[in-house]
Amino acid sequence: MIGIVDYGSGNVQAIATIYKNLNLECKIIANPSELELADKLILPGVGAFDATMEQLLESGLKEKLDHLVLNEKRPVLGICVGMQILADSSEEGLLPGLGWIPGKVKKIDTSNFVHKPYLPHMGWNVLKPLHESIFTDIEETLGFYFVHSYYFECQNSENVLGTTNYGAKFTCAVKHQNIYGMQFHPEKSHSNGVKLLKNFASL
Amino acid sequence: MLTKRIIPCLDIKNGRTVKGINFVDLRDAGDPVELAAIYAASGADELVFLDISATEERRKTLANLVLKVAEKINIPFTVGGGISSVEDVDILLQNGADKVSINSSAVKDPDLINRLAAKFGSQCITVAIDAKLIDGEWIVHLVGGKVPTELNLFEWAKEVEKRGAGEILFTSMNNDGTKNGFANEALARLSTELNIPIIASGGAGNMQHFCDVFIEGKADAALAASVFHFKEIEIKDLKEELKNKGIPVRI
Repeated sequence: MIGIVDYGSGNVQAIATIYKNLNLECKIIANPSELELADKLILPGVGAFDATMEQLLESGLKEKLDHLVLNEKRPVLGICVGMQILADSSEEGLLPGLGWIPGKVKKIDTSNFVHKPYLPHMGWNVLKPLHESIFTDIEETLGFYFVHSYYFECQNSENVLGTTNYGAKFTCAVKHQNIYGMQFHPEKSHSNGVKLLKNFASL
Repeated sequence: MLTKRIIPCLDIKNGRTVKGINFVDLRDAGDPVELAAIYAASGADELVFLDISATEERRKTLANLVLKVAEKINIPFTVGGGISSVEDVDILLQNGADKVSINSSAVKDPDLINRLAAKFGSQCITVAIDAKLIDGEWIVHLVGGKVPTELNLFEWAKEVEKRGAGEILFTSMNNDGTKNGFANEALARLSTELNIPIIASGGAGNMQHFCDVFIEGKADAALAASVFHFKEIEIKDLKEELKNKGIPVRI
């Protein structure tokens, strides 16, 4: 069963709907004691870094997640801010992140933009993926849907799973052992997004 | 590279699509969910649902529709029409809409933009502006273009951006329905003077118009209704054409 961790972030239902349509079992989980039931976990994300971390700490979810992900090595997929909190820290907030993948979250630098330097980076962009089973059958030119102003800068290049370009090249997918993070929204990325969520379920 | 977006717009009345829809492969031409699914499968980058009903029940009907769309469609979609409060937006976003579009209510109560942006984030607040070129000046109009205001398009657009709008959906009343192309001059000026994405609307008649709106009009996205509904332009063909012209699209 795939557990979609509910910490007050949006887009929880959109992910659940995709799994429901794929006939894959999933559950939206807000109670730390129920996390145990999930053999895979998704950290969805719409919102600010600190608000998300606060919610994880106050609800008691963080402690349980740390155990399941770091000790029991259950696969986890962080999406958007759910990916950013995998890092040690973020320029967007003051609180430390989960620190599961070494790195810092930084604001996209628009100073070299030829066109208007607007943030957030919003719309469909292409992901340059590394060969990984989570990207099986992904059609590169169809891209993924992004909405964000910050990006994950990995400390170790071996954690970079994919990059995209918006003004400059930046990391938009990360991996460390059982831990995955995607900056874009698979739940809003039509066929590519469905494939990615399906691939994660069959890891 | 970020791609240019193609956005079909569906007019909704009492939960059903209205205006001519000519889809032979639809079981029920009035079902917005079915139509939306076809558009998503054919390569639409986003969808806009514009509610034009005027009944007491509209809020509830719209919320129900959003819920149904969110269950079937996994591309971003915007909902507009008669939204005038934080509560309205809250319901629609909670039911699964990604963005909302406000128009007249923003002119009547500009601070609404600030309140919405503060609560939900700029990325989900689109401000729609209808304007008409009168004696050399672009004047903002309300009620579907029927009622003129005192506002100048470019001044209002800048204020809207400053107040926290994430995007502007600009419809030229002079071009809307003509099928003679978009208002590229005004669009290019908006795009140059503002730092948020501009969605062009009004005037699409053929594929060249879309090429022009992205190159001359410098638009970030183009919205159209009838050319897609009547299958005068297939989104797949349009995207091939745009790609051949060197315009970045998702294909």
